[in-house]
Amino acid sequence: MGEQLTGAQSLVRSLESVGVTDVFGIPGGAILPLYDPLMDSQVVRHVLVRHEQGAGHAAEGYAAATGRVGVCMATSGPGATNLVTPIADAHMDSVPMVAITGQVPSGSIGTDAFQEADIRGITMPITKHNFLVTNPDEIPRAIAEAFHLASTGRPGPVLVDVSKDALQAMTSFDWPPVIDLPGYHPVTRPHAKQVREAARMIVDARQPVLYVGGGVIRANASASLRRLADLTGIPVVTTLMARGAFPDSHPQHLGMPGMHGTVAAVGALQKADLIVALGARFDDRVTGKLSTFAPNAAIIHADIDPAEIGKNRHADVPIVGDLAEVIPELIAAIEHEFAVHQRGDYAAWWSTLSRMRETYPLGYDIPQDGSLSPQYVIARLGQISGPDSIYSAGVGQHQMWAAQFIGYEHPGTWLNSGGLGTMGYAVPAAMGAKVGRPDATVWAIDGDGCFQMTNQELVTCTVNDIPIKVALINNSSLGMVRQWQTLFYNERYSNTDLHSHRVPDFVKLADAYGCHGLRCETPEEVDATIEKALGMNDAPVVIDFVVHKDAMVWPMVAAGTSNDDIMIARSMAPEWGSDD
Amino acid sequence: MSRHTLSVLVEDKPGVLARVASLFSRRGFNIESLAVGPTEVPEISRMTIVVNVEGLPLEQVTKQLNKLINVLKIVELEPEQSVAREFMLVKVKADAETRSQVLEVVGLFKAKVVDVAPEAITVEVTGNAEKLQTFLRMLEPFGIKELVKSGMVAVGRGSRSITDRSLRPVDRTA
Repeated sequence: MGEQLTGAQSLVRSLESVGVTDVFGIPGGAILPLYDPLMDSQVVRHVLVRHEQGAGHAAEGYAAATGRVGVCMATSGPGATNLVTPIADAHMDSVPMVAITGQVPSGSIGTDAFQEADIRGITMPITKHNFLVTNPDEIPRAIAEAFHLASTGRPGPVLVDVSKDALQAMTSFDWPPVIDLPGYHPVTRPHAKQVREAARMIVDARQPVLYVGGGVIRANASASLRRLADLTGIPVVTTLMARGAFPDSHPQHLGMPGMHGTVAAVGALQKADLIVALGARFDDRVTGKLSTFAPNAAIIHADIDPAEIGKNRHADVPIVGDLAEVIPELIAAIEHEFAVHQRGDYAAWWSTLSRMRETYPLGYDIPQDGSLSPQYVIARLGQISGPDSIYSAGVGQHQMWAAQFIGYEHPGTWLNSGGLGTMGYAVPAAMGAKVGRPDATVWAIDGDGCFQMTNQELVTCTVNDIPIKVALINNSSLGMVRQWQTLFYNERYSNTDLHSHRVPDFVKLADAYGCHGLRCETPEEVDATIEKALGMNDAPVVIDFVVHKDAMVWPMVAAGTSNDDIMIARSMAPEWGSDD
Repeated sequence: MSRHTLSVLVEDKPGVLARVASLFSRRGFNIESLAVGPTEVPEISRMTIVVNVEGLPLEQVTKQLNKLINVLKIVELEPEQSVAREFMLVKVKADAETRSQVLEVVGLFKAKVVDVAPEAITVEVTGNAEKLQTFLRMLEPFGIKELVKSGMVAVGRGSRSITDRSLRPVDRTA
């Protein structure tokens, strides 16, 4: 017989036992019993946020920056429904997260009680799994299973909904509980025959590409990837979710593929005869029009989730497994091929790719009127703050520029909402990252549209001594939507002007939140302002970079078109050169 | 052929039916028939799902189903190697004049009368989809007042059972 505790005490003990040290949340009626013993925990730090969405994104940022499971907490009803967006976001981007919600007492479930919402039902399609616990004896097991599910296999969000009476009732606490998940057996060890076949195809290919997705980061396999690339000499592209999985400074790195990818990365995939997909999912933003994607490429697709293999593009060699095991085995198999056969010869391929890379580097125009170019601001920020800083972005133009113009060298230094595209991610995710890695410099690169969705968490940062830095790329509009209006809607700017060059005054707003507020309006001030912000560590800093609003993200593969039709600027297609 | 019969073993946990059903709808697969019930093993339920996967690979359905934590095993039942049955209750118009003709049809199909009223009789019938369809066609001229049908249930032929290790589940890995 275990120790006699309340359900709430049992839950806190369970969190401590699985190793939780940080939780982001807001109390409310149904979850109140849990907050009482939480106050006494010597292990778990609870960060009181200002909106549950902030708690969810903070948990995501914490997880993405540290690799540990992020935890958020909310009460029933609206508290729980406010977590829905970050949960969906974590689901799309395979972020290990556990959300704990209070629920109305079990006797009231189903009666439309005050602050009742069927959060288990609501989150079924956007969680890896979820639990409704009404029996206090089941709390330790539900928590242990939730953390196990969130962090193993393909990571993802798991929600544990606990009724108020289960938190209040007495129970016995035993740890560790027996994990009973008979239907859950993620395959981590790749099939040896498939790995050998992949190795043979790699040495036989003339035009191979390593198509690296976010799975490499989640699998903590960046070092193995580096060895694979060095061993084979194959060009590497890293998707939006994989920025940082492979050093940008590496000569084999062609950059990011996809809608706003580099010409070399997009071109490499299109012209490849072999694509080695590692923890990537052939997302529409990468493939463009699927039927014309990489028409001549055979596909080796390695992923922990069998359902991703063959979902969008047929895999000639499917490899189900944990990339931390797959890549080393692939390396061994390739070394074996090298020993008995010849190496792959990619000289002609590299000469094509190098020409593409030299002819079409990423670039941008400097405005003639002396106003500030957003790309310049972001590029300077990356150069001055350096690759050991963590960069969290919102969604839109600034996100793409931050993916393009900052050089990433390490996994877990680029945080963004890739799959769901959640505006408002940056500030709370940066907060979570800073809690998880307090010694790192953490920047939120945000747009003025995104920033106004979740900037209330700056209060949380100020009050809790979480000194993040915000680079606000303020173009006074919903820039990416505006870009599409420019390109596809005859420059009719319906509802994209935010007027945020005037209202709100972001420097005053920062001041009101207890942050340092800086403003930068000319190129000459950029470096000094960034350096000033880097020196301010006693409170969060917000820099209002007032940038010109006509800047566009290039290159661009318009939605629904082929990667072959990539544009390097408006109405400007690259010369692909002769097909050799 | 775009119609498949899947036998799905699931943990008998609250919400499992909702998880399975919503997965089909959100991934764009059409369920034609669904039957759920207990099995020889306590705590394990079995779903027989007839799915129409016109234009989509069956593999995606089974892989996505396998990702549900409460799903234990999925086996596709091939029509030739399985026995499939549906159950139906039909209330058909039958007065003194037509009753004997209706009963003749009932007899032909080895159906069973379960209720009789002055203007109607209710019959139960079991069989595969084709038999039930033909039966209905024969009754239609008399006037069908009410019809209720179960989902299809099916079991593999031979001595092996779905819980045998030898029966390879679909798409556990690749």
